[in-house]
Amino acid sequence: MTPLLSVQGITKRYGAHIGCADVSFDLYPGEVMGIVGESGSGKSTLLNCMAGHLTPDAGEVVFDTRAEGPRDTVRMSEPERRMLSRTDWAFVHQHARDGLRMGVSAGGNVGERLMAVGARRYGDIRDKASDWLERVEIDAARIDDRPTTFSGGMQQRLQIARNLVTGPRLVFMDEPTGGLDVSVQARLLDLLRGLVRDMGLSAIIVTHDLAVVRLLADRLMVMKSGHVVEAGLTDQVLDDPQHAYSQLLVSSVLQV
Amino acid sequence: MTDYNFAYLDEQTKRMIRRAILKGLAIPGYQVPFASREMPMPYGWGTGGVQVSAAVLTPEDRFKVIDQGADDTTNAVSIRTFFERTAGVKTTTKTTDASVIQTRHRIPEEPLTEGQILVYQVPIPEPLRFLEPRESETRKMHSLEEYGLMHVKLYEDISRHGHIATSYAYPVKVEGHYVMDPSPIPKFDNPKLGDMAAIQLFGAGREQRIYALPPYTEVVSLDFDDHPFEASKADHPCGLCGAEDSYLDEVIVDDAGGRMFVCSDTDYCEARQAAGHRGKDAA
Repeated sequence: MTPLLSVQGITKRYGAHIGCADVSFDLYPGEVMGIVGESGSGKSTLLNCMAGHLTPDAGEVVFDTRAEGPRDTVRMSEPERRMLSRTDWAFVHQHARDGLRMGVSAGGNVGERLMAVGARRYGDIRDKASDWLERVEIDAARIDDRPTTFSGGMQQRLQIARNLVTGPRLVFMDEPTGGLDVSVQARLLDLLRGLVRDMGLSAIIVTHDLAVVRLLADRLMVMKSGHVVEAGLTDQVLDDPQHAYSQLLVSSVLQV
Repeated sequence: MTDYNFAYLDEQTKRMIRRAILKGLAIPGYQVPFASREMPMPYGWGTGGVQVSAAVLTPEDRFKVIDQGADDTTNAVSIRTFFERTAGVKTTTKTTDASVIQTRHRIPEEPLTEGQILVYQVPIPEPLRFLEPRESETRKMHSLEEYGLMHVKLYEDISRHGHIATSYAYPVKVEGHYVMDPSPIPKFDNPKLGDMAAIQLFGAGREQRIYALPPYTEVVSLDFDDHPFEASKADHPCGLCGAEDSYLDEVIVDDAGGRMFVCSDTDYCEARQAAGHRGKDAA
């Protein structure tokens, strides 16, 4: 089976400082990969390199495109990469405001990706937008309200709807539950898990919250100072951490 | 006449502006940056249009200036006087007699012909400006033809008003590539942009951009399949000349709700009245 995403030796330096160094892994269709580590460990740098927001200094990110099979997205031309990020990829930002257009109604936000790939029937766009609002548990009656009138949890769910409307195959998530209170987090995680299963999505989730990866991720990578220190099945890494840093991370979780 | 160089600008500046115009004509709809000069009038009064006119005027030209269709409003009168004094060119109010027409917010009703140049004054040349504030990003979107966002604006219009409520500065697509802001002309004028015999030049002084449409260019107004573009106007005949096919201004005539509709193109209206046409409000 061809991996959906194959990352080989990704390295990004900020001058003398290392962002992430020599990261390699394969992601298969339908698989969810979690990346955990403390702040500054390079997990967001790695995510941005894979999603094409940053250009890595070395390494390749090979994505199995629908039309032409495996392609290195780092060396692909910019229009092609931007086309990928509008269709087969999705990126969920930590802060919904970064991923949404706050001056545009909820329906317009969801419809933007559809219009970007050529949808030109207003009725269809609107039907699809209200369908997706329902799927992320937002009342379809609020389709013409701006995201500024939404709560934090709703904004995050709207961002997810906006990203998934074109049926992507790979979703990058950067701390999708950060800044939300626990009950809202739980609901969002439940929703995400359902969507990932239903749509057969592959996802890469960056977080510092071990509960999130326990729930969502099949496999886990632990990063520290730009390096991957441990990788394996989620339950295996969390229940029996081998590296000293992973042990520290697991033991730091507060028990209620 | 010896007090100024011909048409106010120095020759090096005109050369620079002509180069921008030629580039704009070569790439229809593309916004060419140019080093806009300080002009003896405030930004917003047509500094971009004046610079473009100054660069294309020759001593043999006959110049016409319209402001919202009218030849006799402040903006039109002062720019016309400016070129009478600095270029010494002949001026006219007749659309058919003019070789260069500088316009603010209208296209003359009389169809333009080959050999004429229409110069638009443009306040904001970037159609994506209010949707995407980053210039670096909008330039990239233009070069990669990523115009989904433009339809988001139209989508918002329909969701809020039930129809496309944008009535002026209606975005158009030029030759299947660049999306262009046609300056704040009413959308009634949009169909005239395409396939026009005259050269159309757009100058934005404050924003330092020039763009152009060569003659007979394909220009399509953006729309949705189920909400097609419609060139709208007030549903009345002109009160003075009775024209049914021209764009109308609504004029309040008293404080008791009285109003009349008149052609915004004064030259067109006067020509029709001279030919004996009369509307219901004609004295």
